[in-house]
Amino acid sequence: MGLYRAIFYRLVLAVVTLLLLSIIVFAGCQILPGDVGRAILGPFADARAVAALNHQLGIDRPLLVQYWSWITGMVQGNMGMSYTYREPVAPFVIQAMLNSMKLAAIAFVLVVPLGILGGIVAALKANSWIDRTIVIAGLSATVVPEFVSGIVFIMVFSIWLHIFPLTGTAPHHAGPVTQIYYLLMPSIPLFMILFGYIARMARAGMIEALNSDYTRTAVLKGLSRRQVIWRHVMRNALLPTITVIATQCGYLIGGLVVVETLFNYHGIGSLIFSAAKAKDFPMLAAGILVIGTVYVSVNLIADLLYSALNPRISFGGSR
Amino acid sequence: MLDALTPMQDATAAALDVRDLDIAYRVRRRDRQVIRGLSFRIGQGETFGLVGESGCGKSTVALAVARYLPDNGRVRTGSIHIGGADALSMQGEALRQFRTRSISMVYQDPGRALNPSIRIGAQMAEVFEVAGVPASERMGKVEAILNRVRIVDAGRVMGRYPHELSGGMLQRVVIAMALAVDPTLLILDEPTTALDATVEAEVLDLIETLRAEMGSSVLFIGHNLAVIRRMCARVGVLYAGTLVEEGPTREIFSQPRHPYTVGLLRCLPRPGLSKHQTRLDTIPGFLPTSLADVKGCVFAPRCGLAQDICRTTEPPLIPVSEGRVSRCHFHEQAPDLPRTTPPAPPTDRKKVPAFRPVIRADNISKTFGNAAAPVYALRDVSVEIWPGETLGLVGESGSGKTTLAKLLMGLTPPDPNAIIELNGQKLAHLATARQPAELEALQIVFQNPDAALNRSQTIRGIISRPMKKLGGYRGAALADKLRGLMSHIRLAERYLPMRPRQLSGGLKQRVAIARAFAGDPRIVVCDEPTSALDVSVQAAILNLLADLQAEQGVSYLFVSHDLRVVRYISDRIAVLYLGRLMEIGPAEAVFNGPHHPYTESLMAASAAEEASGQLRLKGEIPSAMRPPSGCVFHTRCPRKIGTICETTEPELVQREGDHGIRCHLDLDQMGRAVTIEA
Repeated sequence: MGLYRAIFYRLVLAVVTLLLLSIIVFAGCQILPGDVGRAILGPFADARAVAALNHQLGIDRPLLVQYWSWITGMVQGNMGMSYTYREPVAPFVIQAMLNSMKLAAIAFVLVVPLGILGGIVAALKANSWIDRTIVIAGLSATVVPEFVSGIVFIMVFSIWLHIFPLTGTAPHHAGPVTQIYYLLMPSIPLFMILFGYIARMARAGMIEALNSDYTRTAVLKGLSRRQVIWRHVMRNALLPTITVIATQCGYLIGGLVVVETLFNYHGIGSLIFSAAKAKDFPMLAAGILVIGTVYVSVNLIADLLYSALNPRISFGGSR
Repeated sequence: MLDALTPMQDATAAALDVRDLDIAYRVRRRDRQVIRGLSFRIGQGETFGLVGESGCGKSTVALAVARYLPDNGRVRTGSIHIGGADALSMQGEALRQFRTRSISMVYQDPGRALNPSIRIGAQMAEVFEVAGVPASERMGKVEAILNRVRIVDAGRVMGRYPHELSGGMLQRVVIAMALAVDPTLLILDEPTTALDATVEAEVLDLIETLRAEMGSSVLFIGHNLAVIRRMCARVGVLYAGTLVEEGPTREIFSQPRHPYTVGLLRCLPRPGLSKHQTRLDTIPGFLPTSLADVKGCVFAPRCGLAQDICRTTEPPLIPVSEGRVSRCHFHEQAPDLPRTTPPAPPTDRKKVPAFRPVIRADNISKTFGNAAAPVYALRDVSVEIWPGETLGLVGESGSGKTTLAKLLMGLTPPDPNAIIELNGQKLAHLATARQPAELEALQIVFQNPDAALNRSQTIRGIISRPMKKLGGYRGAALADKLRGLMSHIRLAERYLPMRPRQLSGGLKQRVAIARAFAGDPRIVVCDEPTSALDVSVQAAILNLLADLQAEQGVSYLFVSHDLRVVRYISDRIAVLYLGRLMEIGPAEAVFNGPHHPYTESLMAASAAEEASGQLRLKGEIPSAMRPPSGCVFHTRCPRKIGTICETTEPELVQREGDHGIRCHLDLDQMGRAVTIEA
């Protein structure tokens, strides 16, 4: 019973978080400098035309009214009209989100197993040269900004060696293999940033578990090293890593702006980037809210997964 | 080809034979010696105790025997034979087989010894898996071995995760697992230190019974002399990695022949001893920081008998009598070791004619949780503490001791209607609402000074902060006050610029006490202040507390699970069970009886450290969420008289003088626990 109540409670919390986010996004868009009508029509347009357009867009109404109509529309799946394209926002956002998820998924599929594996190997060979190499390489890769590594990769692999295409966007109607091929290089900078985090968490968890009393018990039982590590060390060691991976997932979706722009890939990051430049408030707000929703959901799933794997956390708190 | 891999075992060989063992840890590229020249032997079916204070190397010995030294630990010279097989030369598969069949180990914290994410049954089954038992028979064997350690509902326990079981239950599981394959040697490393006294008594009984049934050979490692005395036939006393005395336990404890053993035994408050009779003796000084620099006897710098020869020539193990050795040049004089503290108790009491208690807590209840599932941590507890008096607070974990201490301190609010008065003035329930003078008057010393002292501050900062914040001292006045306090606490001024991590556990606790006495407290709550300390340090801290009380007329609320310590320091005793005050009265009356059946059981458990066959409390303390009806103790009471106990909660009735007992029994029907004279 406690479990369902706890899930319900987390869901309510997630909704409240998103509501707060929507208020912040809405307020933030209000303080963006510039006049929307003027931005759309250009500096030479007639002042009356600008006023008429602002009225048509509804942005001369009181703020609370604007927020209410926006948020109610949002909940019903109506994300409003783009100022720039004069078309509904939803298809743009959904398409961009799907594109971003493809990129994120590839980076994720690469980095999670390799990061965890790197951490495990480092921990099992703690303080050896293998350990030092993994830790230092992970740390170094993490501090290289995406635009630096991205540009280097473009230079080396696209311009000099012609191994990978220059862009992340595959030609129309390309099959999944081609799409993956186009997305491999953009996902490498993301991989570099995340590998260090994940490997370090996995390493720390492993070392703690290896030094624990229960591992000693398992060794002294006479279990083989392989059995000790698979049955006793792994599961306890990697629990905290799950939380890290979940937060990094959020980053993967939300932090794609640089990589997507660099590789000219039409994902959610480049969408909100161009929307912010064009002061396309409905597009920008919808994009951010969608990212927020993904972030919150992923964390919710991670929490539930963590508790499912950890018998000590029983929602509701009673024994 | 398994036979070739199985270590050669000789049924007639000693279970454990350690010779000239020398172990060092590699710290910052230098070897730090921790065990030197250690030799001892455990015969088949024998129980050998290794006793010593923290840092003496006893756990290192256990780990070396189990071949589980940390990566930086190394056996430099010497040998370890188990059942005749050379343990140190084993590698790979042979080592695994050796661990499977020859040794088992039980250590201090059973909650950490078991994997938190695997069910009990599955963890235990692994023992049989490595022993080659077919999968279909394993669970049956697990159940059988759980029954053997007196776990009644074995099937249910097997389906549980470790966190769902109590400490006592977990330790039984660990013991069951250790004995499952009938090992050549069983190592018990402080197996009951983390348990309540009542649970400890049960676990010790169990170990004793099983040992007798199975004829196991046991290496028992501990710091609790009373437990060692009860459990072990022979004992070795370890000091700074060196075996200083060895022989039959009863002889060694009754006629110690090494000054360290003598000192250790004198540090313990004897049963029934009180602070008004005599000061505890202590062992001055500290363990040597480096064994490499020691010339002569390791104990010489702290020894009251040391002569020139002791500082130059290391004594060998000198035979004292049949089967007894002592590493002391003057072992014959050891019993006459001069005291390091004057025996006379502090007398210059600043006796104030008291006309009202310094603190009075009336009608205190504390309910946790919500209205649907209330947890009664405390129910209608009323206590008062008079000036210059110590009220000892005892009870098992979960009885509400710490909650009461926290409520008085204002760290957590009691239920409404509670009254807390300081010198007749009503106190706000929360510390944040109390006046600076009131905060100053009410101070606390915690169990673990490591956690209680701010690591990033100097000792000067820690102690002077309350003087500045609460007393308003500044400049020269502050310096004077600080110097005065340091001399009271017997803390050298050279420690002032240091930080907590640079001090030993005992010194840290002294700083914590100094902090509490920085204002001019009227009452200090001492929450298990010596539980984390070694006995020699404990004795010094108890002396200090008694001295400070005599000098300053301060009162203590002293929370402890160690009945002898409570008896020593307390003038009156309060006994809590499931948040109810079961008994309260003068220390002598409560201890000598007749007492409440719960108090009787607690005392029996304490005495059980030394002897078996005492009255036992059955089962564990019930959950405070579902306290038993009527008298909350009736489910475990050894003297229950009938249905009245299940239906009606007895009143706390004054029996003789101010000795109150909450029980349906008449005074002459109550028992007296047998106290064992040292």
